[in-house]
Amino acid sequence: MSTPSPGGHSGGKPGAESGWDSAEARRIIESYRGLDGALIPMLHALQDRFGYVDDAAVPDLAAALNLSRAEVHGVITFYHDFRRTPPARHALHLCRAEACQASGARALEAHVKRKLGIDVHHETPDGRWSLGAIYCLGNCAAGPSALIDGETYGRLNPEKLDALMREAEAGRKEAAE
Amino acid sequence: MTAQGAQVRVYIPCDTTAVACGADKVARAIERIARERQREIEIVRNGSRGMLWLEPMVEVTTPEGRVAYGPVSPGDVAGLFEADFLNGRPHALRIGKPEEHPYLKNQERLMFARCGITDPLSVPEYRSHGGFRGLNKALGLAPAQIVAEVTESGLRGRGGAGFPTGIKWKTVSEAQADQKYVVCNADEGDSGTFADRMIMEGDPLLLIEGMTIAALAVGATKGFIYIRSEYPIAFRQMNRAIEAARDAGYLGSNIAGSGKSFMLETRLGAGAYICGEETSLLESLEGKRGVIRPKPPLPALKGLFGKPTVVNNVLSFTSVPVILDDGAAFYKNYGMGRSRGTQPFQLAGNIKQGGLVEKAFGITLKELVHDFGGGTLSGRPVRAVQVGGPLGAYLPAGELDTPMDYEAFAAKKAMLGHGGLVVFDDTVDMAEQARFAMEFCAAESCGKCTPCRIGSTRGVEVIDRIIAGEKREKNLRLLDDLCETMVDGSLCALGGLTPFPGQSAIRHFPEDFDKPSRKAAE
Repeated sequence: MSTPSPGGHSGGKPGAESGWDSAEARRIIESYRGLDGALIPMLHALQDRFGYVDDAAVPDLAAALNLSRAEVHGVITFYHDFRRTPPARHALHLCRAEACQASGARALEAHVKRKLGIDVHHETPDGRWSLGAIYCLGNCAAGPSALIDGETYGRLNPEKLDALMREAEAGRKEAAE
Repeated sequence: MTAQGAQVRVYIPCDTTAVACGADKVARAIERIARERQREIEIVRNGSRGMLWLEPMVEVTTPEGRVAYGPVSPGDVAGLFEADFLNGRPHALRIGKPEEHPYLKNQERLMFARCGITDPLSVPEYRSHGGFRGLNKALGLAPAQIVAEVTESGLRGRGGAGFPTGIKWKTVSEAQADQKYVVCNADEGDSGTFADRMIMEGDPLLLIEGMTIAALAVGATKGFIYIRSEYPIAFRQMNRAIEAARDAGYLGSNIAGSGKSFMLETRLGAGAYICGEETSLLESLEGKRGVIRPKPPLPALKGLFGKPTVVNNVLSFTSVPVILDDGAAFYKNYGMGRSRGTQPFQLAGNIKQGGLVEKAFGITLKELVHDFGGGTLSGRPVRAVQVGGPLGAYLPAGELDTPMDYEAFAAKKAMLGHGGLVVFDDTVDMAEQARFAMEFCAAESCGKCTPCRIGSTRGVEVIDRIIAGEKREKNLRLLDDLCETMVDGSLCALGGLTPFPGQSAIRHFPEDFDKPSRKAAE
């Protein structure tokens, strides 16, 4: 049994483009059944694989754990990490917590909103970027911070963030220094 | 792992802040250029020493000891090789011996003694630096003796509430049950705090040792570490460390050959601040929505899956090995009043030398912010310091003489919380900060109780009216009333503490809440 890797903050993954696969989802669910409190690890594993948790998984999760569908739905919608629709190609999460506010996060947020033309918790109409908020990445001495496709970046300013976003779009990991 | 011949060890932190500032790329560049130059090196991904403004800080081993360079960007690497940094030679980024840097030299590191120095995943290195000595002592003691030692040390829970750890353990130890659990709260959600993360990334075996001692003390055979999903590196390191400890016989069915059993697993949170509240965390571990449970029953008697459970913060567990190893009297010797031992303080926000400072309780805010932190990064005057996370009070520059002590902070209607300090300069708008505290609570409330769920939303609205200058006096009174309801009527600390940052902002910075009339007067 493998441990799920942290999901929720990544953009679309190559696998996600092939769409939801119910048979594979059921295999993933089955592989976590032995864990204590298995529902959240299962949800992480599904989202890690598909980029989101399709509503089609709800009855399977409920059956595997002897829960009602309402209980499973309740858990999926309680936690900020889990999404019920396929993600945008790239995910940007800006840290909005106090330490980043103290080092320029509000200005950075205004810049990104202008640049993408969307508000927080929205996606660009072309499906290229989603803009999310996150409350603390533990990078509080080197803010403002952001997550881009699941990777944490610090000491950001508008120019640095623009460069990192361009590189994410170009599919390169190497960021501007 | 032993160093072979003249092979140089190069330390490049795997710490989140180091990586967020380019450490992985620096590591790749060093590896590549060393290969091109046919230099034999061994790269170790250590934790951070905690001088975070210098990250990525690269260290090399030399005959005179370790020499540090930082902050290193990938573009600096070629120049470092040119300057022969592998032999510790001069370069603009050369810091010298890290342990002689005043920032580290003036600390009292008990739990962070190894962080940044050792290979975090190496059990032999952990042992050669004093690791597992506390556990070995605990294995020779009866459970009641372990509990007595921890109680005698004066250790108080480091998650924020400051409850005596020994008393919690005693309750669980004396409870009768077929199964007990040890749960580590690593849902470090407070902005301005990162000590849990640094230990999990830089010295994860220490947490395993502390939790194992707790398990022996209370008779638990299974443990969980609940790590927030915003900490992917800590999660990965913890999983690897658990594997390494198991392989070395320090976890499993026969801990260090004692015949005692302790199984440890990690669980990943899913982005809910409320899950840092212990009962909500237990619900989440059980696979449910993170809605808080009313207390009583205490988790110590009816916790995870209804069984007696120790729930402690990362820093509470990591304080324990040194208490067992050096004794309660040694530990108690640090600190002031009823705050005993050391606390890793975290300097964050607008600060020149941000990072981790472990000191005995009693150090003042001023010493932390100015002597260690060097003031603001922007160079402007400090206006406010928020201590203890998003639910902690804002203290004005005039109150920086306050000693870091649970009782001294309580007397100022403030709290130490998890030891995080967020520094703001004089450009901060305190009305915005007050509004944010309510907004955050509205976003993160679990919804169980009305004062928190509804009160926070009403709080945002009332503060908006005050900011707009609408019936200011009346709305300030209304806000007071609302805050009183939240403090007295909320089921847990989220709703109960949310008013404090806003109220402290109004108390210390009233001018920020009176802008329209001040503008009119001009």
